[in-house]
Amino acid sequence: MFSNTDNRIFKLINPIIFMKEVIRLENVSKIYKQDTPNPVYALKDVNLVINEGDFVAIMGPSGSGKSTGMNLIGSLDVPTKGRIILDKHNISHLTESDLAQVRGKKIGFIFQQFNLIPNLTAKENIILPMNFQYLSEEEKEKRAVALLKLVELEERMNHYPSELSGGQQQRVAIARSLANNPEVILADEPTGNLDTRTGEIVMRFLKKLNEKGKTIIIVTHDKNLALNSAKTIYWLKDGQIEKITKKINDQWKEVKL
Amino acid sequence: MKDYFVFAFKNLKRRGLRSWLTLLGIFIGIASVVSLISLGAALKDTVNSQFGISSTDLITIQAGGLNSYGPPGSGAVNPLTKKDMEEIKKLSLVEISFGRNIEILKTKFNKKTNFIYYATIPDDEIKKKIYEFEELKIKEGRFISTGDNNVVLLGNDLTNKDKNGFDKIIKPEDRLEIQNKNFTVIGILEKKGSFTIDQAILIQEKSLNALRDTGDTFDIIIAKVKSKEDMDLAKKNIEKLLRERRNVKEGEEDFQVSTPEASLATVNQILIGIQIFIVMIASISILVGSIGVANTMYASVLERKKEIGTMKAIGARNSEIFKIFLFESAILGLIAGIVGVLLGFLFTFIGEIILIQLGWSFLKPAYPWYLFLGCILFALLTGSFAGLIPAINASRKNPVDSLRYE
Repeated sequence: MFSNTDNRIFKLINPIIFMKEVIRLENVSKIYKQDTPNPVYALKDVNLVINEGDFVAIMGPSGSGKSTGMNLIGSLDVPTKGRIILDKHNISHLTESDLAQVRGKKIGFIFQQFNLIPNLTAKENIILPMNFQYLSEEEKEKRAVALLKLVELEERMNHYPSELSGGQQQRVAIARSLANNPEVILADEPTGNLDTRTGEIVMRFLKKLNEKGKTIIIVTHDKNLALNSAKTIYWLKDGQIEKITKKINDQWKEVKL
Repeated sequence: MKDYFVFAFKNLKRRGLRSWLTLLGIFIGIASVVSLISLGAALKDTVNSQFGISSTDLITIQAGGLNSYGPPGSGAVNPLTKKDMEEIKKLSLVEISFGRNIEILKTKFNKKTNFIYYATIPDDEIKKKIYEFEELKIKEGRFISTGDNNVVLLGNDLTNKDKNGFDKIIKPEDRLEIQNKNFTVIGILEKKGSFTIDQAILIQEKSLNALRDTGDTFDIIIAKVKSKEDMDLAKKNIEKLLRERRNVKEGEEDFQVSTPEASLATVNQILIGIQIFIVMIASISILVGSIGVANTMYASVLERKKEIGTMKAIGARNSEIFKIFLFESAILGLIAGIVGVLLGFLFTFIGEIILIQLGWSFLKPAYPWYLFLGCILFALLTGSFAGLIPAINASRKNPVDSLRYE
């Protein structure tokens, strides 16, 4: 076996072999109205692997099952069939409170409509996820200020969401998603409520995070957004993965899992 | 814990007027309970002292029934006599006994005439017992002693020129013309807070007899029992004795023997009745208020469904959502309690000022801290209880559905 130092060296030399796996879906199905004569397959036998440091887009038209996929990856929901492995732990059968703990620690959510808590200031919104993980006051304060600096909104820290523009709100949401230093950032149509220019600024922040090594997953129906930002795209159709494409040397190539 | 309180507080701060209006019921309920109990304490003390119920080992006997108007025992067809008093004194359980007469007499001073209550005191040394039993104290001058002639002792209100009806302060050594006969004021009593003392004049038995020819009769006879425990038995013995002497059957008595306990019980019964009534109204008010809190919390859970979904997505467990909402309604209750207690305190205070204005400054409302604390705690519990089901409801919301909620 390798020592830690060796491990790091190997990682540098050959990222393909030593890539750390963050999320894996194995034969996952989500079935609604299962006990009726007409069960609805939102997802059917989906297999998916997301590695550390990847920038993944889950692409598909509405009704393709991408929202259900996001809920399962984000551990907001559990699958009807199959296994979901998040950071080496099977989370398919966890209770609701355990799932809450897992996603609070390992997943940072960004929503289309920002979903900031209106009664809390920008800084308090960023602190909120840390409250659920019982961090110390000093630690919370320190992290919140650092995150506000990262999204370049320090001078707005005591503003309420209603006093911020859409783009600023989404940047606060990005900072909030990073609060507990999660394994993955999961963004649901992050630019869906923003104009093109503001959307680009938000995507630039996400790209910057990815360059620093953060795993990012965006769920979108916007093909250009996916093509411009992602490194890997899962194309979803009718609850199944149609194809997987990867950007290799600036060229999109279809790959197998 | 602190974080949830701060969060709950912030949510409440930004809430609309609507939420606060629903608390009105709790405000009113708590306020009425507080003022009721504060004023009630004063009321009870006062009613007791107004009826002269101070010594608890005295038995009062009067002829006639409760239905006779005017001073006690007056107008009775068959009045109590000196002989009755002496027979009562002979009873084994009775320590001492004496009779008194109460009359309204024409009184002239400063060229003005008024009709004033006079109560007799015995001519012998027993009169000292009256001073003692009624806890009378001299403010000016002195008590009446056995050798005095044509003297009177005045209740405190009668010296006051605004209250005595003579437009002039009466001092010791002043002369009053009572039923056209001259009397000297020998002393003034300290204020007692009871009209039966403050607005009456004490006169010697022999003087009244000379003015009104009361003969051997008494309006009331007072008996002091040797031991308080024997009160009821002594009362029964006196009743038996008087039935025999007056030749009446049991149940048809033309006299009344009352103990202070019995009088106290009657007064307290009335007060308790009033209190129960007000507490009932207050309870209904608090119930309506708590339904209001539950309602506003339900509305809040619905309005903030998406917020609940978001908080769950970023790691809030069910218990944490529950806490946030429960704390909100608990704080609502707490605020309602504090406001209610302050309002109640204010009402009582205003009540006290009105009483002072009316000249009843001896009416002292109580402001017990445990009452205030108890009411605030009660409101806090009411708020928490009202918010319980909405909070459970909020905590059980499915994150996926809640996030999709618009």
